[in-house]
Amino acid sequence: MTATPPRLTVTVQRGTEGATRQETFDVPAYENQTVLDVVTWIQQMADPTLAYRFACRVGMCGSCAMMVNGEPRWTCRTHVKKVASDGQLDIAPLRNLPVIKDLAADMDPFFDKWVAAEARLHPSAGRGDDFDPVTSQEPARAEADLGIECINCGICYAACDTVAGNPDYLGPAALQRAWTLFNDSRDADRDGILAAVSGKGGCHNCHSMGSCAQYCPNDLNPMRAIAGLKRETVRAAWGRKRDA
Amino acid sequence: MLDLRLYVAQRLSALVMVPLVLGHIAVMIYAIQGGLSTAEILGRTQGSLLWFLFYGTFVIAVSVHAAIGLRVIAHEWGGLRGRVLDWLMWVVGAGLLTLGARAVLAVTVP
Repeated sequence: MTATPPRLTVTVQRGTEGATRQETFDVPAYENQTVLDVVTWIQQMADPTLAYRFACRVGMCGSCAMMVNGEPRWTCRTHVKKVASDGQLDIAPLRNLPVIKDLAADMDPFFDKWVAAEARLHPSAGRGDDFDPVTSQEPARAEADLGIECINCGICYAACDTVAGNPDYLGPAALQRAWTLFNDSRDADRDGILAAVSGKGGCHNCHSMGSCAQYCPNDLNPMRAIAGLKRETVRAAWGRKRDA
Repeated sequence: MLDLRLYVAQRLSALVMVPLVLGHIAVMIYAIQGGLSTAEILGRTQGSLLWFLFYGTFVIAVSVHAAIGLRVIAHEWGGLRGRVLDWLMWVVGAGLLTLGARAVLAVTVP
């Protein structure tokens, strides 16, 4: 790898949906510098009107994801040296989502699809009931555990070419959450989840291309979760036919 | 765009096609080894229930599989939606079935 030059040439997508433009900034390069540091430098030192989103800066909150040199990344945990050895950075809002302004993507469609996938807990017990003991030894729990570290950053959704071609598709994150809940002994509506992921935009649209697993910053594998949903939806439909 | 029924139909048709494709390729390789004339081939296929079922099943599976596959491509790459997309799928499926059935009948019915 070549040494990082003392300056970075950073191209940033500016503007709102349908009226975007590219602006280039000259940013000082440091030995230890994340892409979020670069964006923050531009906003604080060059152009205070630059809109972007971040919160925790340590890879927990999932708010700072952007397209960096054409690939979706969590910018707070992405070192410039790793992605821009030639000193060139191209930063844009997350793909597959509308733009609110500059680098802030509108996450509404992303979270609307979580709701559409029934990717929310359907309580099986009330406040007065005992806890359901959860042990990682149980196979279903172990399967759920594989997906629960999702931080809702939207990187898999931006990486997914099926979402790009099929806007109704629920996407990897929502389907993975649906799968973790399906495997959660505390969820009371497994049939509801399977019905929600079996519609026109459901899990069966996935082509198993694997970009979600490739780009997930937490090394999760939504493709595996979606394969599980496909298997269980078919099994449930087959079972219903035989019971009828 | 693809729901559970279409997904299952495409997977099941693929399952059916796996042995039939291998059988079809084997037959093609065997038939062009210089030994078999058209008359000899028709002599073996016409009146044969086995070949009728083999290629009849193949044609049905291909019609289902290709129609659903082209539906996906037309939606994701061509932007077709709704009724137009349904119409395309059925036309492709019915077209392949018609052409294939004509061919199967032509070589198997004496």
